[in-house]
Amino acid sequence: MLKFAQLQLRDAALAEDAVQEALVAALAGERSFSGRSALKTWVFSILRNKIVDLIRVQSRTTNISALGEDEADMDATFEELFKDNAHWRPEARPFGWGDPAETLREERFWEVFETCLNHLPEKTARVFMMREFLEFETDEVCRELSLTVSNCNVILHRARNGLRRCLEGSWFAPGVSAC
Amino acid sequence: MLTCKDATRLMSEAQDRPLSVGEKLQLEVHLAMCRGCSNFREQMNFLRLACRRFMQRRNGDDDGSSPS
Ligand SMILES: [Zn+2]
Repeated sequence: MLKFAQLQLRDAALAEDAVQEALVAALAGERSFSGRSALKTWVFSILRNKIVDLIRVQSRTTNISALGEDEADMDATFEELFKDNAHWRPEARPFGWGDPAETLREERFWEVFETCLNHLPEKTARVFMMREFLEFETDEVCRELSLTVSNCNVILHRARNGLRRCLEGSWFAPGVSAC
Repeated sequence: MLTCKDATRLMSEAQDRPLSVGEKLQLEVHLAMCRGCSNFREQMNFLRLACRRFMQRRNGDDDGSSPS
């Protein structure tokens, strides 16, 4: 749970506070739980709200749509995947990743997945995780972070392609290590 | 004609909103002819699936043994 909060907030101290507050709030609620799993789900839903609150506060002080150096690098790398006519360069063409279920069963895959998430620039990761992990609709993400829809689309596209490339390089390509 | 670069944008947006009939048509025509973009679409679907599974693992049922 702490790892999850850290992944989202990219701030160890802030993440620890959020998890602690969520635990306290959950225990103060004095609900009865049929099992450990029910309690975990409950704490998690409180934590989700806390993370969203923190993201909301952070987004007021940082300009999320501003293009950082990391984002510009990612865009340049993306452009290099294509020929002048905007079709794939043969060597950059996406290849098949095989059976998804098989990959997702591999414990090692999840380590690579987390590493790749951490490779995304902070703001890009935040938008992506709100969409994919906290399961906000895209227009909610835009609204919460005061982004235009097209801005949101650009950021999500950048995040997905970055993650895709990282996984392709460090998991799916045989014999290649690190991205 | 849709380029591969534009197709990747549409395929990303397809994860966030329903595409219009025209967009869908353009994309399907392109995908029928383009192996790279077909793989890209499968990779996008994989990412969505991996994110869902990632959350399930975080969310308590992380014994991983339940058949899906
Ligand atoms: Zn294509």
